[in-house]
Amino acid sequence: MFYYVELLINGVLVGTLYSLIALGFVLIYKASDVINFAQGEFVMFAGYVVAACVQLYGWPLWVAIPVGVVAMVALGFAVEMAVLRHLVGQPVVAVIMATIGLAAFLRGLAPLLWGISTKNLALPIPNRPVFLGEVMLSPPHLFAALVSVTCIAAIGWLFAKSRTGVALRAIADDQQVSLAMGIDVKRYFAVSWAIAGVVALVGGVIWGNLIGVDIQLAQVGLKVFPVVILGGLDSILGAIIGGVIIGGVEALAAGLIDPLVGGGTKDFTPYVLMILILMVRPYGLFGKEDIERV
Amino acid sequence: MINRETGTFKRTYAQDQALYRAPLARYAIGAVLLVAFVVFPWLASDYALTLANLVTIACLGAIGLNILVGYAGQISLGHAAFMSVGAYTAAVLTTRYAVPWWLAMPAAGAMAALVGTVIGLPSLRIKGLYLAISTLAAQLIIEWTINHVKWISGGTQASIFVQRPSIFGHVLKSHLELYYFILAVLTVGIVFALNLFRTHWGRAFIAVRDRDIAAEIIGINIFRTKLTAFAISSFYAGITGVLYTYWYGVANYEAFTLPISIEFLAMIIIGGLGSVLGSLLGAAFISLLPIFLEQMLRTVGGDLLHLDASLVGAISSSLQLMIFGGLIMFFLVVEPEGLNRLWNNAKNYFRVWPFPYQ
Repeated sequence: MFYYVELLINGVLVGTLYSLIALGFVLIYKASDVINFAQGEFVMFAGYVVAACVQLYGWPLWVAIPVGVVAMVALGFAVEMAVLRHLVGQPVVAVIMATIGLAAFLRGLAPLLWGISTKNLALPIPNRPVFLGEVMLSPPHLFAALVSVTCIAAIGWLFAKSRTGVALRAIADDQQVSLAMGIDVKRYFAVSWAIAGVVALVGGVIWGNLIGVDIQLAQVGLKVFPVVILGGLDSILGAIIGGVIIGGVEALAAGLIDPLVGGGTKDFTPYVLMILILMVRPYGLFGKEDIERV
Repeated sequence: MINRETGTFKRTYAQDQALYRAPLARYAIGAVLLVAFVVFPWLASDYALTLANLVTIACLGAIGLNILVGYAGQISLGHAAFMSVGAYTAAVLTTRYAVPWWLAMPAAGAMAALVGTVIGLPSLRIKGLYLAISTLAAQLIIEWTINHVKWISGGTQASIFVQRPSIFGHVLKSHLELYYFILAVLTVGIVFALNLFRTHWGRAFIAVRDRDIAAEIIGINIFRTKLTAFAISSFYAGITGVLYTYWYGVANYEAFTLPISIEFLAMIIIGGLGSVLGSLLGAAFISLLPIFLEQMLRTVGGDLLHLDASLVGAISSSLQLMIFGGLIMFFLVVEPEGLNRLWNNAKNYFRVWPFPYQ
């Protein structure tokens, strides 16, 4: 029993990271109705930039991370301006395929620039396990959760209070009215991509610290879909809660079922859960129900 | 004989639906068939035949996906998973129950169609991106199931060795024999697809794609139409999967993973959504691109610049992905109707060719 509590808590800690990555996805969807299938690749690319700065060029971490932020903001703007801007009003299939193409592009670009080998991305985190009562928490996971929660809070503030956030919310609510009120909608589309890029950077650094930086880092992107479907595609609160639930469920499932079937449950359970959600409540726990009129 | 139509002179519906609208088309089809069945196999080297097999199999799969995505407007990220269902069904039937190939192949198609229909069930309630994500889930779940359920995959590494088809006791072994076999199947597939869109069913697909609610109002049963589209598309996928196993000689789930699904989507996007010819062009383009790219890089990097072979290999695999992704984005932004549109543009230009009136 105790073992499962430990599993659950560590799963939830990882889940906060999923929340953070899913948040980048939700931001883009809310602002511009684009489904970003390249969110995992954004995470990977960001991890690559920081790891390359540290390992290949020998820069300290406090230089590498700002460089990464600049790179991801630039990437976000570039993607929106070069590709997505031209696809406004196209069918969903086209937009989805464009981001899938983007994903393949980034998967090729990162190893071409910085090599295919796995890079270490060591963060200054103490190694001593932390005890919460009798439950043992691994410091990297705890750190990941702390950073994720901080970032989520920061984005929550940005959305609720700042001028940018108000504009983004206005666009999400009604694009035409926002245009009429003088909001530069195109610029805020690009801004949403840039924010998603920065969020991906945080995810990339933390996740890269846990599993090392290489192409496989992009696999975390596959976790995004169950999270956002569970929480509701256009809900920030949903992304946060969805991430925690998916993290907990997959950790428990891996602990319970993996010994029986021999592995792979972690990648599989979130999707089973997602299918169930899609059948019962397609707009998720907190999503806005879409009413279609002729 | 070489004249093309100068305007629209259709008087009956039959004329409107004709497959060959101009006399030239008849000769052109004849010429293509002659090249595909006689001239090409007669001249081609073994290597060219291998490439041709790769392309023709991909063509069949691309047509299947285009029926679903391009004509019926239902996006699917699970096409490769339906192929694996077909591949394993045929493999299990032939190796374990000694079913002959000509029964196993339709059975594989039917099984894939069944699974595809089940996966398509949510398409009544959800569409667009939700459908994309739920078919993505289907892809991952089918992959996992085949890999982990011993009864299907037969234990180690989830691969089953497959007996190639035999015709009148003669087992197809050489690339040439396989080429004819695959080409025959592909021809049936093309003819079926072309004719499908001259029927009530095919037109219903297009109506549902263009505006589902309007389609329902004019009396089309959306649910049945969507499921039929899923079934037909998955049937094609199942047969494609079987052909892949005949070509590889082994059924292995690793040949049917998510990147393969995406590759097939790229084929129909680059070739042209909602076009059979586009599926063929796109399939040829996407299957041959990495091969030619690698050869080119090997010539440039290895022979001219004297780079290390492993370095060239690494560069080429990364560059392939970049070009693949870049092309998808390029076509979506610049020419969303794909290669098929370019072909039509060329045809229209030559229609009035030496005397354009503008």
